[in-house]
Amino acid sequence: MSSNPKSSNSAVDFNQVPDTRGHFGPYGGRFVSETLIYALDELEALYRKLKDDPEFQAQFDYDLAHYVGRPSPLYFAERWTKETGGAQLYLKREDLNHTGAHKINNTIGQALLAKHTGKKRVIAETGAGQHGVATATVAARLGLECHVFMGEEDIHRQSLNVYRMKLLGAEVIPVTSGSKTLKDAMNEAMRDWVTNVDNTFYIIGTCAGPHPYPELVRNFQSVIGREARQQSLTQAGKLPDALVACVGGGSNAIGLFHPFLEDESVAMYGVEAGGFGLDTGKHAAPLNDGIPGVLHGNRTYLMEDENGQIIETHSISAGLDYPGVGPEHSWLKDVGRVNYVTIDDDEAMAAFRNLTKVEGIMPALESSHAVAYAEKLAREMDPDQMIIVNLSGRGDKDILTVAEIDGITV
Amino acid sequence: MNRIKQRFESLRQQGRKALVSYVVMGDPAKDVTLPVMHALVENGTDIIELGIPFSDPNAEGPVIQKAHERALEHGSSLRDALALVKQFRETDSDTPVLLMGYTNPIERMGYDTFIENAVDAGVDAVLTVDLPPEEAEEFNEHLKQANMENIFLLAPTSSPSRQKKVTDMAGGFIYYVSLKGVTGAGNLDVNSVKENVTSIRALTDLPVCVGFGIKDGASARAVADLSDGVVVGSVLVNQIAALAEQGETNPATYAEAVSVIIAEIREALDKNTLDK
Repeated sequence: MSSNPKSSNSAVDFNQVPDTRGHFGPYGGRFVSETLIYALDELEALYRKLKDDPEFQAQFDYDLAHYVGRPSPLYFAERWTKETGGAQLYLKREDLNHTGAHKINNTIGQALLAKHTGKKRVIAETGAGQHGVATATVAARLGLECHVFMGEEDIHRQSLNVYRMKLLGAEVIPVTSGSKTLKDAMNEAMRDWVTNVDNTFYIIGTCAGPHPYPELVRNFQSVIGREARQQSLTQAGKLPDALVACVGGGSNAIGLFHPFLEDESVAMYGVEAGGFGLDTGKHAAPLNDGIPGVLHGNRTYLMEDENGQIIETHSISAGLDYPGVGPEHSWLKDVGRVNYVTIDDDEAMAAFRNLTKVEGIMPALESSHAVAYAEKLAREMDPDQMIIVNLSGRGDKDILTVAEIDGITV
Repeated sequence: MNRIKQRFESLRQQGRKALVSYVVMGDPAKDVTLPVMHALVENGTDIIELGIPFSDPNAEGPVIQKAHERALEHGSSLRDALALVKQFRETDSDTPVLLMGYTNPIERMGYDTFIENAVDAGVDAVLTVDLPPEEAEEFNEHLKQANMENIFLLAPTSSPSRQKKVTDMAGGFIYYVSLKGVTGAGNLDVNSVKENVTSIRALTDLPVCVGFGIKDGASARAVADLSDGVVVGSVLVNQIAALAEQGETNPATYAEAVSVIIAEIREALDKNTLDK
């Protein structure tokens, strides 16, 4: 595909990023302490070796088919489309994957890498708990010791997932530093990794962090977009007009977007968490209201104060409650290929309820942000146009949060 | 000449080892750090390493992490650290001061503004924990033009080619991290320190100081023979934390407490020199 010269937009070659040092334009890179360089070099060398190895690919594809249950359906949501009015709404059903979210695509891939290193212990950070569950799951399957770092705040918000991880044999380590959420869990995981690098593989859950993680996670998650592209051609006989996905760190979004980047007719919308509203400052939308800086090993858009301190974010959804974003998204924003928009807590909640009632599909609160934006977008588009929404996860884990809002004790 | 070069030169002439002391700016209060810095110098510190508080200090262990949190509670910032160094220089024009921190606060201020203010304040060197040589080219140019040293870490896991890359860009001295892991962790492996310091010395004329895991006079002595000096951090910050927890507000009490620790380590380092 990349060998075909593109007529326009040729200044930007989406297959040429990141460069060999992990840069997406000015973003990405490897901003870590010297103590971590060795571990990252080792990981990069392993990934370069296995990336195009047919045996590794075959194993990855096999696991995705037989363990995860791929391909996930591309579902035409007919009733939702009718009720919304406007463009045809399709859902990429990542919620139907084993463990209930897109996160498993990446953990399957990284666990295969871990297996090649011979390391017996994996660690992960988690916000909503989906990545923690996905990591605990692959660790159980491979017989690896698994420690998951999770902010104390998120442990309260996502108690069901905490219990799932424990049942899967993982140890959930509460993180009490800083804001006690995903960013602090990531700090703690990096501290653990640097201390235990000899026997530990760090499975990062999103397309952020030091090189090569953003590239590696993107490539593992791109199965979403590859399937969706093929399914769209087969089922609708054409490419979609727009893609919509929520963006916290942004792994489900980059997974859907990446295989479509060169399809100029396909518009893309990454939906950040607007929290209480952009103007309140209490949100998690660095691409809409942040500036570039350095955190967690990469340069990217961040939420920070005038002294360069990272500020606490807010979102109703734990999985989007993160002050940074994957560096490729920062670059895609700057080059203008993807539009980054926001949906606030209330809009996401309304979309959660609506999709549940209209389609019998309960979206994760994270994915509900994409669902809400897709409704807005569909109304501005023609009925013969088509939108694919990444339904990145199912909402079962959020039932307690929703019940609490409704004043119900479950 | 840069104060760091001067200091190592005079230490070499005296046959003594360098003692580098780390505290976090504004821990636990803004008025504590200046008397602490002076006390560190009076009791034998050769180089002050001043930590810039950051919200996400992910190379630090729990002890120094909490120091960053205490400092941030009342809004200590890079700006405050620069003002503090300026104040320190009013009565101490000899002791080198090294700022140690993370990239983001410096970038937020802007390289130009930062360097201009750092020169004006009398800062001699900068150690940016999360800015390895690959990402440091632009910053390094700025530092060079201002005659400021760029201090880098090397770790037990740094390969020989890595050691070369780092020493090629480094100035001032090489900060050898004696352990895998975060600050304040674990126990010292003297043999591994020896091996690595030897291979670093084959690559550079810069002095090599060893940090992470030095807790007292005895551990300081153990590595001093193998290197040009030691860096002491967590043991000082621990003492500050203990006082902070007791609700101590008198800066003089903090100054006295760190004096005791540093005096013991200095004595052990100098005794080591005499014993040789």
